[in-house]
Amino acid sequence: MLKGNFIDNLPKVYGIYTGGFLGFIIIMSIGEQMGMSAKAIGICFVAFTVAIYAIIGYLSRTAQADAYYVAGRQVPTVFNGMATAADWMSGASFVAMAGGIYFKGYGYMALLVGWTGGYVLVASLLAPYLRKFGCYTVPDFIGTRYGGNLSRFMAVVVLTVASFTYVTAQINATGTIASVALDIPFQYAVYVGLISILLCSMLGGMRGVTWTQVAQYIVLIIAYLLPVFWISNKIGAGFFPHFMLADEVSRIAELEAQFGFVKNSAENLKEVPKGLAGITKAHSAVNATPWAFISLALAMMMGTASLPHVMMRYFTTPSVKAARKSVGWSLFFIFLLYSSAPMLATLSKLSLMDPTLPTGIIGKSITDVQAIDWYQNWNAANLMFVSDFNGNGTLELNEFFMGGKAVVLATPEIAGLPYVISGLVAAGGMAAAMSTADGLILAIANAISHDVYYKIIDPKAETAKRLVVARVLLVVIGFAGATIAALEIQGILGSVIWAFDFAMSGLFFPLVLGVWWKRANKEGAIAGMFLGLVSGAAYLVWVRTGGSGFLGITQLTFGIFGSAVSLVSMVVVSLMTSEPSAATQRMVDEVRVPSGRSIIGKQ
Amino acid sequence: MSKQEQHWEKSKGLLMMTLAIWFVFSIGIFLFGAEMNEVTGPFGYPLTYWFTCQGSLGIFVILIFWFANRQEKIDEEFGFSERGDD
Repeated sequence: MLKGNFIDNLPKVYGIYTGGFLGFIIIMSIGEQMGMSAKAIGICFVAFTVAIYAIIGYLSRTAQADAYYVAGRQVPTVFNGMATAADWMSGASFVAMAGGIYFKGYGYMALLVGWTGGYVLVASLLAPYLRKFGCYTVPDFIGTRYGGNLSRFMAVVVLTVASFTYVTAQINATGTIASVALDIPFQYAVYVGLISILLCSMLGGMRGVTWTQVAQYIVLIIAYLLPVFWISNKIGAGFFPHFMLADEVSRIAELEAQFGFVKNSAENLKEVPKGLAGITKAHSAVNATPWAFISLALAMMMGTASLPHVMMRYFTTPSVKAARKSVGWSLFFIFLLYSSAPMLATLSKLSLMDPTLPTGIIGKSITDVQAIDWYQNWNAANLMFVSDFNGNGTLELNEFFMGGKAVVLATPEIAGLPYVISGLVAAGGMAAAMSTADGLILAIANAISHDVYYKIIDPKAETAKRLVVARVLLVVIGFAGATIAALEIQGILGSVIWAFDFAMSGLFFPLVLGVWWKRANKEGAIAGMFLGLVSGAAYLVWVRTGGSGFLGITQLTFGIFGSAVSLVSMVVVSLMTSEPSAATQRMVDEVRVPSGRSIIGKQ
Repeated sequence: MSKQEQHWEKSKGLLMMTLAIWFVFSIGIFLFGAEMNEVTGPFGYPLTYWFTCQGSLGIFVILIFWFANRQEKIDEEFGFSERGDD
């Protein structure tokens, strides 16, 4: 069914799908008018979308290695761009990004610049060359370019450390959303989320993940943009918020100056529930030093170029030039969401802060605020809190606290949008977290099944056996991730940023120099990966256990230290040992030319 | 110099240019973030704020498509472009 002309019919298939989804939203809003409960709408949204993904996953089942590992290398550029965007934008981007901008302002915006600028490095330094190489996984490139099982194995180790750090956060996010939408305890919701994730990837591997990710992108982008435009129109801020919120931004600055940022005493802050924050930083002013901003952006950019679940999406394009274009489309689809997050943060903040707006709560009496419906709901969900610290009966700016997630989750309700939008947002968050988790689990399972099992342990294994191993690993890794996620060790955003730092510490320079420096050899690459990862991890542990750090490198940017160690050790060790064989050097020459056969296997 | 070496020289030149533009809009301008934010940027937003919300992000999108087209031209010039599909 999904053979041959399926690829030609893609625009039609996903056009019908998008129309169907919009129709579903309309049916739900009619249901709401007719008295359907908020809970039922939430359940319908999450259940309906997850069921669709599962059907796509089932239809994409395959028994061929090429389809399982690289979707048959026939994904058109624009669709691969959408799939990459869904792969890339995690539950954290969807649920927590607007909140981060809301509370931290400029210092946090470094992540926006970093998570987009990294794609320039992907497009120019790596993706087309790795596509020409014709590998199935990222360690496949390292192992073939440098030679030897040890280099291949080191790459698998770095990949696993980075991706696993990332994936627990995503499974955690699916669990959070499933537990809210389906109203079940988090410990069980995590496994519901996991099973949904596995339904997409188990039967079809990369092929299944590709076509579900496209479907997930469509859901998540509608779920993100619709409320932003709606709120903006509703409060009269402008029909196209991106170009029209300058007045609102300057109004926030005006109000900030009027209210002032009053520092709360430690004693008062003890009252505030854990995880909630107050508005303590200017919205649009520059509130971080240049180095703090640049180091965080740089770490995220180099991390982007080293994360294997993104890189392997470009192995699925039909050609090298399609891989290049596809990076551009990926970033375009990411840009649609990222450029909307600051607008959502602005609208959300202004609607609460401005006393002249009907939704404004700052400056009102505390008892009035405590009587508002949505305040009570979100206070009960532990995402909002007010307290009269100075005892004057009025809510001041420093007496209002909110969870980062609430900016995306609660703003539609605060602005008075129908509940159907909240259900839509839950489906969008679920899509974002599921698509990223799928990509990551697949990246780990493929690397272990292809590079460790097939290439190192049993090179004679038949395709059927290899795919069984790949699927068993998928389930094992998924359950391991869910088990750790159920322990709720760290927040969503922190572990996402660490994943970038781990990836860049161990993989950035071995990948880039593999293409751009012929003299780089096996010994250098092994030293670069090993010392980079170990020194990065050691720096993280040192800073976490009270170390002071140096050069302003924090626990969020430890990859800068790790990758610097990686670069130096790789260059020094490469130059101290003999240069790569003539065959390897010819291979590098061939990688640099887009035409002709790929290095590994058939085109 | 062989055809392949010439192709690589040109590709490296394009890479350097791409990375230079990338550097300016991802790192360079943020060295002067505080000063630049005093200026009013497009659509009336403070300039640095606008770059972090839309400007730099949009420039990266355009930069990648520009790079991909230039690289395709270089590949064609030396007869290294792939036939057929896109």
